[in-house]
Amino acid sequence: MLFKTKKNQPSAPIWLKTLAYGGLVFLHVPIAVIVINAFLVSDGSHTHFTLHWFHAAFAREDVMSAIALSLKVAAFATSLAIIMGTMTAAALYRRNFFGKEAITTMLILPIALPGIITGIALLSAMNILDITPGFLTIVVSHATFCVVMIYNNVVARFRRMPHNLIEASMDLGADGFTTFRFIILPQLATALLAGALLAFALSFDELIVTIFTAGHEVTLPIWLLNQLSRPRDSAITNVVAMMVMLVTAIPIIAAYYLTRGTESIAGSSR
Amino acid sequence: MQSSIINADTSKPFGRKFSNTLYRKNNLFLFLLLTPPLLWFGVVYLGSLFALLWQSFYTFDSFSMAVSNDLTLENYRSLFDATNFDIILRTLTMAVAVTLATALIGFPIAYYMTRYGSRAEKGFFYIAVMLPMWASYIVKTYAWTVILSQQGILYWCINHLGLSGALNHVLQIPAIGGNTLATSNLGRFIVFTYIWLPFMILPIQAALERVPTNLLQASADLGAKPAQTFRRVLLPLVFPGVVAGSIFTFSLTLGDYIIPQLIGPSGLYIGTMVYTMQGSVGNMPLAAAFTVVPITLIFIYLSLAKRTGAFDAL
Repeated sequence: MLFKTKKNQPSAPIWLKTLAYGGLVFLHVPIAVIVINAFLVSDGSHTHFTLHWFHAAFAREDVMSAIALSLKVAAFATSLAIIMGTMTAAALYRRNFFGKEAITTMLILPIALPGIITGIALLSAMNILDITPGFLTIVVSHATFCVVMIYNNVVARFRRMPHNLIEASMDLGADGFTTFRFIILPQLATALLAGALLAFALSFDELIVTIFTAGHEVTLPIWLLNQLSRPRDSAITNVVAMMVMLVTAIPIIAAYYLTRGTESIAGSSR
Repeated sequence: MQSSIINADTSKPFGRKFSNTLYRKNNLFLFLLLTPPLLWFGVVYLGSLFALLWQSFYTFDSFSMAVSNDLTLENYRSLFDATNFDIILRTLTMAVAVTLATALIGFPIAYYMTRYGSRAEKGFFYIAVMLPMWASYIVKTYAWTVILSQQGILYWCINHLGLSGALNHVLQIPAIGGNTLATSNLGRFIVFTYIWLPFMILPIQAALERVPTNLLQASADLGAKPAQTFRRVLLPLVFPGVVAGSIFTFSLTLGDYIIPQLIGPSGLYIGTMVYTMQGSVGNMPLAAAFTVVPITLIFIYLSLAKRTGAFDAL
């Protein structure tokens, strides 16, 4: 048996356990397929294990530039989101005022409404203002839906932080900046990091909105989408797909461990 | 005395004075904190949404293929044309079916992990649900195009189990079937269900976590059979969680435009319709009017969901 059963608790009926683990298997089959495909190559008659396609993928200029662009976009979007998300969380966590609900709803809207609406809305605004889509417009669109990831994590941490710590610091002669630097920031650090990791992961593989705001730029997900119409290139596609999954899995697991045991676990709602 | 305090205040460095002012004038502080994010969201996001809605009243001339600024309700009226209304119904049916399927598959997973999982097993389940949820959307979709293809592992399994006859029968059912799994509504349904399943599991799990175990024990002590306890005690308490999950599955299916392009038959969905209208056709007004459909449906759904208390379960 893999896990010890709960104490004082009857063990699960076998059908329930089957359904639960069956569901998990269902969730992981496509991921397994991607991983297996990345390492296997079939030359007509038989299949064998190879690392050749990793080498080939890294040598491809279009792959590397797509990865670089996605990393750059995610870094900029996350930075913007950190600033705005933290400010909003600091403003809202203790105060109740008219319109507060409206503000939190507005933060969630970009991820609650289907991405195509956000995407096409931004595109139509760009058309009206005569802005050419490119790097900046991708960053702007990503930052918009990343703010809520930071906000959710930071506001939960703020709520658990005793306010008299801040007051004590100010009473002892620290100014606002010192208090922020030495009292607030250390307490927020893990929540900020968890939120930032999630925002980064969200931005890194966003496709739906990006298609509208990217113009001629090719981010990694757009590159992958384009690859789907090139079946002959599928060996490279498999390898890149696996790497994308790896790059997003690491921050997600890290964010989970950073916020474990707190009231809200990062990433539980996307 | 009073004056010495004021004097002491003025002799302090600027940073100290500034933070004192902010502390005393709470609203000023709030205003300073909120201005940048509100400006961003107000201008960039809401501004764009209004720009989009406004364009849904513009006129599209189908002869010159040009958009003019004359305001009209024609775009909204044409949503009810037979072909367009079919698109809406088709998408809505899929969204409902996917929502039901994810709830049915997701519930046992969430139930098992909260009721019977030890601490370690719960953590394992949590990560096992979260990883596929966060794995790249396009990579997962791509994986399914590989799985569902005729050289893929699903056909391989079905053939080796000798079930290919059964599959052909299923694929001949009109509304569900198609030539192959990858071009059938069944295939599309599987992919949608797969992609949005984690979004259903986590809210249900959160709702289950909040149900006190002694309620269930009390129900059993009072003589209820497990099925009765489930239906009369547990389900009403967890239902808001199911609704909370369904907000995601419903909304995400309604607006999707990648999966319908890659898997399933050729009929348009709301998302693909919007995409082709603004892209290759250039009929932005109709595209904009079409986006109002999911927005309206989701707001109706949200207001219904709010009554069940789903927002507290989010």
